[in-house]
Amino acid sequence: MTWVLDNLDLIGRLTVEHLRQCVLPIVLGFLVSIPAGWLAFRFRLTRGLVLTVVGLLYTIPSLALFALLPPLLGISFLSEVNLVVALTIYAVAIMTRFVADALASVDPTVRQAALAVGYGPWRRFWQVDLPLAGPVVLAGLRVTAVSTISLATVGILIGIDNLGYLFTNGYQRQIVAEILAGVVAVVLVALVVDLLLVLTGRALMPWSRKVRA
Amino acid sequence: MNVFADAVAWIFSPDRLTGALPLPEAIWTHLAFTFVAVLIAAAVAIPAGWAIGHTGRGREIAVALSGAARAVPSFGLVLLLVLVLGVTHKVAASVTAFVLLAIPPILAGAYAGVEAVERRVVDGARSVGMTGRQVLFKAEVPLGLPLLIGGLRSATLQVVATVTLAGYVGNWGLGFYIVQGIQIRDFSQILGAALLIVVLAVVLDALFAILQRVVVPRGVAAGRAPDDAPARRRRRLPDPTTA
Repeated sequence: MTWVLDNLDLIGRLTVEHLRQCVLPIVLGFLVSIPAGWLAFRFRLTRGLVLTVVGLLYTIPSLALFALLPPLLGISFLSEVNLVVALTIYAVAIMTRFVADALASVDPTVRQAALAVGYGPWRRFWQVDLPLAGPVVLAGLRVTAVSTISLATVGILIGIDNLGYLFTNGYQRQIVAEILAGVVAVVLVALVVDLLLVLTGRALMPWSRKVRA
Repeated sequence: MNVFADAVAWIFSPDRLTGALPLPEAIWTHLAFTFVAVLIAAAVAIPAGWAIGHTGRGREIAVALSGAARAVPSFGLVLLLVLVLGVTHKVAASVTAFVLLAIPPILAGAYAGVEAVERRVVDGARSVGMTGRQVLFKAEVPLGLPLLIGGLRSATLQVVATVTLAGYVGNWGLGFYIVQGIQIRDFSQILGAALLIVVLAVVLDALFAILQRVVVPRGVAAGRAPDDAPARRRRRLPDPTTA
C-alpha cells in the first residue's frame, strides 16, 4: 500500500497515457465496424468473407501481431503506431460481429414499415436500422472498450509505456504491490469507461432501457 | 518482403534444433501449457456451468464473472502470480494464471449451452419420465455441446495468446523467442516466432471449428453454432428488401 501511495503520480501519469492510447483504437474500431458489420449483415457473399477475416484476425495472439505489423506497414517495431494499429484491428474484429448481429436483431416488420412509408435504403439505415440496433451495438462497444484497455498493457513488451509498465517494472523489482496496482488500475479504468458508455447509451438511446453486454 | 523470407529461413534453420530453447521444445511446451491449463479449467468450469444452466441458480454470478474477467489484463495476472507464488514456482504460477483465464469462457459456454435448449424440449424430456439427471445428460448436455465447444475454443485461443506473453517469465513457449528477439534486436527471430504462433493459433481454432460441427447431435438441423461466442443468433432474419 505504501508503494501505491508513494507512486500515485506515476500511476496517474501512466493511466492518462494508457487512456490516450486506447481512445483512438476504440473510436476507429467503432467507425470501421459499422460498414463492415453492415456488409456482413446485408449480403450472403460478403457475410462469409467479412466474418472469416475478422475471425482470423481475432485469433492472432497480440504479441505475434505486434511483431507482424511493422514489416507489413513499414513502421518501426517500437513505434506507438504499432500498438494503436494492433488494438484497432482487435477492436474491429470484436465489434464487426456485434454490429452484424445487432442489425439482424432489428424486427423485419419494422424495416418493412419504414420501406412502406417511403424510406430509401440510406435514410432507413440511419433512422431506423441503426437506432434500433443501437443497444446491441452498444453492448459490442462495451466489450470492445474493456478488451482494448486490458490488451493495451501488452504494449510494454514492445517498449510502449502505459499501465503495463507497472507489470514489468514490478516484476523486475519484485514488488508485488506494484503489479497488483497495475492490474487494479487497468480494471478500474475499464470499469469507468464501461460505465461512461452505459450512461452515454442511456442519454442517446432513451428508447432502450435494458442493455446486456 | 525480404524480412518474411528471413523469418522463414530462421524457422527452418538447423540452428533451431539446438541452443537455449530448441524450436520443437518451444512448440511442445506452448501446446502442453495450453492443453494442461484448458483441461484443468474445463474440469472445474464444465460441471459448474452445467449446474448453473440446469438449475438456473448462480447465473448472475457467472455472467458478472465472465464480464469482469475481460477487464483483467492477462499479462499482469501472470506476472502477479509468479511473484506471489515465488519465482521458483514459475510453472505452477503460470499454469494457475492460465487456468483462471480459461475458466470464464468455458463456464459461459457450458451454462449458455444448457440454457439455450428450448423450454419445450426440456418439458418434453420431463414428460416422458426422465429424471432431472437424465434431462441434463440426455437432453440439455448433448444439445448444448456446440456452445460448450465454442467456450473451450475461446478459452484455448485466450490461453495460447497468454502463453505467448508468458515467454517473458521463462524459457518456454514460442513467445520466448519474441521477448528475446526484442532484447537482442533479431527481427527475423521475432517475425519467425510470430508466424509460428499465428499458425498454431489458427490451426487450433480450425480444429475447434470442425469439432463444433461434429458434436451437433444427428437430427438437430438448427443446432449448429456458426461461431465462437455463446447465445449468438443462429440464423439471419430475412431482409424485407430481398424478399
